[in-house]
Amino acid sequence: MSKQPGSAYFLDDSKKTEIRTTFCVLVDNEAGVLARVIGLFSGRGYNIESLTVAEVDHLDHTSRITIVTSGTMEVLEQIRHQLERLVPVHKVFDLTAEHPGIEREMALVKVAGTGEKRVEALRLSDAFRARVIDTTHSSFVFEVTGNPQKIDAFVDLMKPLGLMEVSRTGVVAISRGAEAM
Amino acid sequence: MSLTATQQDLTGAEIVIRALKDHGVHHIFGYPGGAVLPIYDALFQDDGIQHILVRHEQGAAHAAEGYARSTGKPGVLLVTSGPGATNAVTGLTDALMDSIPLICITGQVPTHLIGTDAFQEADTVGITRPCTKHNWLVRDVRDLARIMHEAFYIATTGRPGPVLIDIPKDVQFKRAPYVGPTNIRHKTYQPRIKGDLKKIEQAVEMIAAAKRPVFYTGGGVINSGKLASHLLREFVRLTGYPITSTLMGLGAYPASDRQWLGMLGMHGTYEANLAMHDCDLMIAIGSRFDDRVTGRLDAFSPNSKKIHIDIDPSSINKTVRAEVGIVGDAAHVLEDMIRLWRAKQLKPDGAALSAWKMQIEGWRARNCLAYKPSAEVIKPQYAVERLYELTKGRSTYISTEVGQHQMWAAQYYRFEEPNRWMTSGGLGTMGYGLPAAVGIQVAHRDALVIDIAGEASVQMTMQELSTAVQFDLPIKIFIINNKYMGMVRQWQQLLHGGRYSHSYSEALPDFVKLAEAYGAVGIRATKPDELDDKIKEMINVNRPVLFDCVVDQTENCYPMIPSGAAHNEMILNDAVGEAKVSEAGKILV
Repeated sequence: MSKQPGSAYFLDDSKKTEIRTTFCVLVDNEAGVLARVIGLFSGRGYNIESLTVAEVDHLDHTSRITIVTSGTMEVLEQIRHQLERLVPVHKVFDLTAEHPGIEREMALVKVAGTGEKRVEALRLSDAFRARVIDTTHSSFVFEVTGNPQKIDAFVDLMKPLGLMEVSRTGVVAISRGAEAM
Repeated sequence: MSLTATQQDLTGAEIVIRALKDHGVHHIFGYPGGAVLPIYDALFQDDGIQHILVRHEQGAAHAAEGYARSTGKPGVLLVTSGPGATNAVTGLTDALMDSIPLICITGQVPTHLIGTDAFQEADTVGITRPCTKHNWLVRDVRDLARIMHEAFYIATTGRPGPVLIDIPKDVQFKRAPYVGPTNIRHKTYQPRIKGDLKKIEQAVEMIAAAKRPVFYTGGGVINSGKLASHLLREFVRLTGYPITSTLMGLGAYPASDRQWLGMLGMHGTYEANLAMHDCDLMIAIGSRFDDRVTGRLDAFSPNSKKIHIDIDPSSINKTVRAEVGIVGDAAHVLEDMIRLWRAKQLKPDGAALSAWKMQIEGWRARNCLAYKPSAEVIKPQYAVERLYELTKGRSTYISTEVGQHQMWAAQYYRFEEPNRWMTSGGLGTMGYGLPAAVGIQVAHRDALVIDIAGEASVQMTMQELSTAVQFDLPIKIFIINNKYMGMVRQWQQLLHGGRYSHSYSEALPDFVKLAEAYGAVGIRATKPDELDDKIKEMINVNRPVLFDCVVDQTENCYPMIPSGAAHNEMILNDAVGEAKVSEAGKILV
C-alpha cells in the first residue's frame, strides 16, 4: 500500500482541477422535466455554462437536453448519477470524457453602421462563413455557426464595427463515429 | 379509448379510492378542504379505508412516515390544495431524506383556474419537485389510474421515497375507465436490484482478507425489508466481524449481541467511532456517509479500503470514495455474499481478528456511555435506561423528536429488531415524533408506542394529541423535560461561550393539565425514586399519555465528535475520567 489508496482524501489535490464537460440527456418530454433538471443543478450547486433543449422524437415524445457544465471528476460523476436518478430521464451521455463529441452553436448577430465599418463587417462575416439573413441600408443580421470559441471570436470582432445585439442558441453536441446515444 | 363517459366509468375521485384499495391501502392520514371534497365524498361512500383525521397536514405526513417505517408498506396522505400542500412539505422533505415511501395526494384548483392565483392555489408540483422522488399534475382523468399505479411503484421500489399526485378538482369529477395495476412498468425508471456478481466476488475476497474490518450499516438495510436484516445477521456472524449502525440503521442488528459496537457518528460510541477510524476495511451497507457519521472528511477512516453497497448509484462515491461500489438491494447483495463466502469456503484471518477484537474491547472498556448518577434529579440518560428496562419485554415501537433526547434514546434504548425505531435522521425535524407515533399506533393497535420527546420539539406538533384521543390511539409521549432546547443549549455552551441565546423553554405549559385538556392522561415524574412507578403507570394506562419527565437541566449529550473534528477526537462524558462507578451503582443511582 503506497500513498494510502484506501482514502481518496489525501489524493484529492491532484484532482481538484475543474473539467468542462458536455452532457446530453435524453428525457421524456413531459411537463416540468426541464425544471427538474435545472432545479437539480441549482439545488446542488452545480454550474450551468449552457443549456439547450428541444424535442427530438415527436412520436416518442423524447427531448434532448445538452448541458455544458464544469466540475471536478467527483462532481461530474455526481452530476451524472443525479441526472440518471430523475424519473423521466432515459439516458445520460458524457460527450467529453466518455464519448468525445463535436459541438456546435449558432448565433444571430446584429451589427449596425454605414461606410467603412459596414464593409468591414461584411468582409469579416465572409471569413467566418456567416450568412446575412436580414439587411437594411444601415444594418445586418448575421447567422454564424461553429463551436462556442468561434462565435466568441466573431462577436468580439463585431464590437468595434457596430455590434448591437447577440442571440445564441447554446451548445448542441453529438458523439463522433457510427455509435449512437 | 372512447371519449364519451359510460356508466361503468369511475369519477377521478373514485379512481383514487379504487387504486388505493388495489394497492392494499387500509389507512390514510389527511385533512379535508375545498379542492379535495370529491375525494372525501368518495371516501365517505366507501368503507374499505380508514381515514385518520389529523390536526395539521405536517402531522399527516409524519404519521404516514411512522406508519410506513414501522410496517414496510407505503404511507398515504390526502390533503387539500394551497396551504394543505405547503403544510405537508416538511414531512415530504423528511421522507425524502430518510427514504420513506409516501404517497401524497393533493387537491388542486380546477384546471381552468390554474395560474390565475385562485383561492388556495399554490404551484404544488413546483414547490414539491425538490422534496419528492417524483410528482405529477394530473390534467386528464384518463391518465389518473396509470399515474396512481406508477406512483406506488416509484415510491416503493429502488431507493424508496415520497411521491405526490396533484389532482385538480374538475379532474376528480370527470369520468374515465379504471385500469388495474397489472404489469406496472416504467419506460425510464428501472431500479437496479441485483448487484454486479464480479464486484460482489471481489468484495467477499477483500472481506476475508481483512485484518481490521468493520461493518457500517444504515437505513437501507431496514428499508430493504426484514429479510435484509436477517441476512445481515447471518453474514456478520459468519465472519465474526464487529458491526456498527447509523441512527437510521438501528435494529437491523441486535443491540444485545457482542459483535455490536453501538451507534456511530457524532454521538456514537467510542468503540464504534474508533473502530471506524482504525479499520483497514469498511463494509458499508445501505448507509450514505452522512456528515453526522463521517465528521471531518479528510480525516475519516484514513487507512481503510471501503466497500459500499447501496441501491442508489448516486450515494456511491458521493462524499467518500469506495474501492468497490456495488449498486443493488441490500438483501440481494447480502444473499450473494453469503452464498459466495460459503462456496469459496472463506475464513477470516483468525489471529488478526482476535487482535482487532482485543483492541475494540479496550475501547469498549472506556464505558463511554457512563454518566454521573444522581439521587436528587432524574438524569435524562437514566430516564431512557429505565424506560428501556421496563418496556423491553413488550412489543414496543419508539419514535423520537429531534435533539438531545433523540440521541439519548438512540444510545440507551436498545433495539433488537428492525422497524421498531422511527426517528427523523436526515432532515432532523422537531415535531416528527408525536405524529409518527400516531401513525405507528394506527398500524400496530396492540403495541406499546412511545414517543421519546423533548419539551421544545413536542410543542411543534402537540395538536396531534387530539388525533390520538379521537381515534383511541394509546400513544405515550415521554417528554424528557429539561426546560431547554437541549442540543442548542449544549452547542451554545461548547461553542458560543455559554451565551444561551433563546434556547430556554420559557412559559412552558403544565403538561399534565394540557394532557387533561385534550382528554388524555397526564403524568409527571420529578424524582429518580418515583420514576419506575410512574413509567409503569404510563404503560398500564390504555389511553394516550403525556408524561412530563422533569430532568437535569444542564446535562450534555456525550460522547460527542465536535463538528469539524475527526472520529478519534471525541469528547467523552466528564464523569468517565473522574469516578469509577460500578455497573450496579449506575442502575441504582
